[in-house]
Amino acid sequence: MPLIEMRNIVKKFPGVRALDDVSLALETGELHALVGENGAGKSSLMKVLSGVYPSGTFDGEISIDGTSVYFGSIRDSESAGIAMIFQELSLVKELTVGENIFLGREPSRFGVVDWSKLYHSASKLLNDLHLPIDPRIRAGSLGIGQQQLVEIAKALSQNARILVLDEPTAALTESEVDTLFGILRKLRDRGVGMIYISHKLDEVFRIADNITVLRDGRTVATFAAQEVDKNRVIASMVGRDVGDIFPTPEHLRGEVAFSVMNCIAYSPDITDKRLVDEVSFSVRKGEVLGVAGLMGAGRTELLMTIFGAWNGTYSCRIEIDGKKVDISSPGDAIRAGIGFVTEDRKRFGVILEQTIVDNMTLAGLKRISGRFVRNRTRETIAARGPMKVLRIKADSPLTIAGNLSGGNQQKVVLGKWLLTDPKVLFLDEPTRGIDVGAKQEIYAEINKLAKEGMAIVLVSSELPEVLGLSDRVLVLHEGRITAEFSRDDATPEKVMAAATGARLDISVSQSQKGSQN
Amino acid sequence: MPKFNITTTALRAYIMIIVVGIIWGYFHWATNSVFLTPRNLSNLMTQMSVTAIIAVGMLMVIVSGNIDLSVGSLLGFAGGVSAYAITVLGFGLPASLGAAIAVGVVIGTFQGVLTTYLNIPAFIVTLGGLLAWRGAVKWLLGGNTIPISDSTFKGLGNDFLPMTWGWALAGAAIISLVVMAYRRARSVKEYGLGDSNYTAELLKIMVPAGGVVAFILVMNAYQGVPIPVLILLAVALIGAFLTNSTTFGRYLYAIGGNSDAARLSGINTKLNVVAVFALLGALTGIAALLFTARVGSAAPDAGVLKELDAIAACVIGGASLMGGRGTIFGACLGALIMASLDNGMSLMNVRDFMQDIIKGSILVAAVGLDMMGRRQG
Repeated sequence: MPLIEMRNIVKKFPGVRALDDVSLALETGELHALVGENGAGKSSLMKVLSGVYPSGTFDGEISIDGTSVYFGSIRDSESAGIAMIFQELSLVKELTVGENIFLGREPSRFGVVDWSKLYHSASKLLNDLHLPIDPRIRAGSLGIGQQQLVEIAKALSQNARILVLDEPTAALTESEVDTLFGILRKLRDRGVGMIYISHKLDEVFRIADNITVLRDGRTVATFAAQEVDKNRVIASMVGRDVGDIFPTPEHLRGEVAFSVMNCIAYSPDITDKRLVDEVSFSVRKGEVLGVAGLMGAGRTELLMTIFGAWNGTYSCRIEIDGKKVDISSPGDAIRAGIGFVTEDRKRFGVILEQTIVDNMTLAGLKRISGRFVRNRTRETIAARGPMKVLRIKADSPLTIAGNLSGGNQQKVVLGKWLLTDPKVLFLDEPTRGIDVGAKQEIYAEINKLAKEGMAIVLVSSELPEVLGLSDRVLVLHEGRITAEFSRDDATPEKVMAAATGARLDISVSQSQKGSQN
Repeated sequence: MPKFNITTTALRAYIMIIVVGIIWGYFHWATNSVFLTPRNLSNLMTQMSVTAIIAVGMLMVIVSGNIDLSVGSLLGFAGGVSAYAITVLGFGLPASLGAAIAVGVVIGTFQGVLTTYLNIPAFIVTLGGLLAWRGAVKWLLGGNTIPISDSTFKGLGNDFLPMTWGWALAGAAIISLVVMAYRRARSVKEYGLGDSNYTAELLKIMVPAGGVVAFILVMNAYQGVPIPVLILLAVALIGAFLTNSTTFGRYLYAIGGNSDAARLSGINTKLNVVAVFALLGALTGIAALLFTARVGSAAPDAGVLKELDAIAACVIGGASLMGGRGTIFGACLGALIMASLDNGMSLMNVRDFMQDIIKGSILVAAVGLDMMGRRQG
């Protein structure tokens, strides 16, 4: 009997099936890896398992030790023995390690905390895991890797039998990964069942017993790790038809419009960690350069760095039309002719309580409206252009942006940058979370802009989007360019292999190709 | 077909005007017809000037997503500096007046720089300022009151505009209203948005033009427009122009609405925030001069709690302390409501402590009602 079994899980959102008949079984003492592209449904499945999506908001069945369970909240799943270790650490940085481990469950009598008991139990717990961490020090003073291990200790202190780890190694160094894996093996021997979500296939093959692949919200396959190789897993991760919904671009490429050399950006938190590591590339006029990579590969950081908006330290040499330009702020970048359709429109893109006109004219305000005194009529007329071209559905240019649909908000952000009249346009996840119709309109606009001679850099987590629109694809992995493909060369398998850092496999497949020729 | 659309901002303005009307009506009735006499209205307007001038600057700081708690103490200090300069140091009148404004600008800039470039929250920086500048004025004045003897200085707070000048002002205001209406009508055609409708635009200015005439009539029925009110009008007009009609104003709303989006749109958010703190400092300097002139002396406790009056005026006028929302018009009406409550309750001989309790309750109730309305809308 499996420790936990999820059967035929279906989770629907308006217009989308996030999970479509997914099943997953986990045995006692098994480490089960869950892999798939961004948006394949891994997070949704774990939210179902942990009670974030309460019982009743999805179809299907979850059972533990053969008995059906219904979780109304995270608390329910925790008391059933399920613990989640999220990518974003959930420790309270200002509290000590011991306080964190027993947060909300402090040993106490009449409401008075028994501190010596708390720290005693905490150090026993840490000793059991062979973690040389003092429970009395502030959690925030530990490195990210050690914080992760403290989270695991916390989960175990709640007698977790099922541990879910979401990208646990994303922020870890090589040796910290080794420590983590040592602990996971120990837990496996104790009979803890683990679900391990990761983009890094090398690591998955090092540690997992079984691998389940999700794609478009469905279970594609479950493999025993010993009986499968990376290429097969990659093929099932991407295995779908690419290109149908994308108009085939016929971009006439001109001379080099834009190039960056030796771009380096350091993490603002960990000062010696390079999130962008010596990246160089160039884009021609009329060319769409796709930048693929998995979450945390450094794509957004790269664009932010070039745009002069990175928060940490960075260095980068930038040339536009063959001339070196100095960019130390977004204002410099805009003046140099760069536009940047940022990701996460609610956070970085639109001002929700302002009108379409106010949002659209913001980046080019002085040019559109006047250096100091504004001319509202000119602003409104300027905004009507992109509203019409991008087919923004709104009663008037004075509609409040917060009342628009996601797709229309995204078009407002795109319109804002078109109004700065850029030579180079960065698009970071331009279609995330918007409906198919709006997506296609944005794709058509990208192709049109390229045809008109704009140089475009497209970052997207959706592989079909990158492959369908780009003339050339760069792949980033851990801040470095691991591969570059021409449009004809770029297959989902190759891009995914480079994005997961499985460098070895590319060279194998390339040499195979070479021997066939 | 143009739709009849009333924006929420306009609706709020109408509601506030109605509220002022109700408050005035009540006080008029409760004070046996003393409240709405030209003499009292003139007093009321003069009383609100100092708070309203600060509120204009405060509104812009709040719109940018910041706060300034130091303005009450700064008012005391700047007033003290000008009195010290003219009485003790023997500076000329212009230099003494300039000194108060310069002190405001320097301190405002300094606090703005600490907030933006050193990332110290504005609340903390200006809370420190609240203590420090109060200490500075006590030190400067040695705990004493310095009287002002210069009659021109005192006149700033107590004199009136000659009545004929009042009418000249009204004429100028109406002419500029007409010119603006004409331009608006013409621009519609120029930009190809339809035909110019001069009659409609002229009709639209009837209400403000009537307001101007009524205002001068009432003020001239007593002794003319008080100088502090005149200065307030100028400050409010400039403030409204800055927030509505300049790129600087647009940037403030953008920074307060979503500072990340503003920064990524190429706006120098830090410089703009420093500028708005400096502007509030300058306005506080002007308010300090009016306050000192009206009282006729600089005292160590001048301006205590003025920062809260100014913030309350902004909030009653619909500004959000989260930033990104608020109008100069609202802040001025908020100041008028606060001043009306002070004035009316004093006329009714409501006791001090009761006045404070009522004002506090009204502030909270006003924002509470506003939040309820917002959730429904």
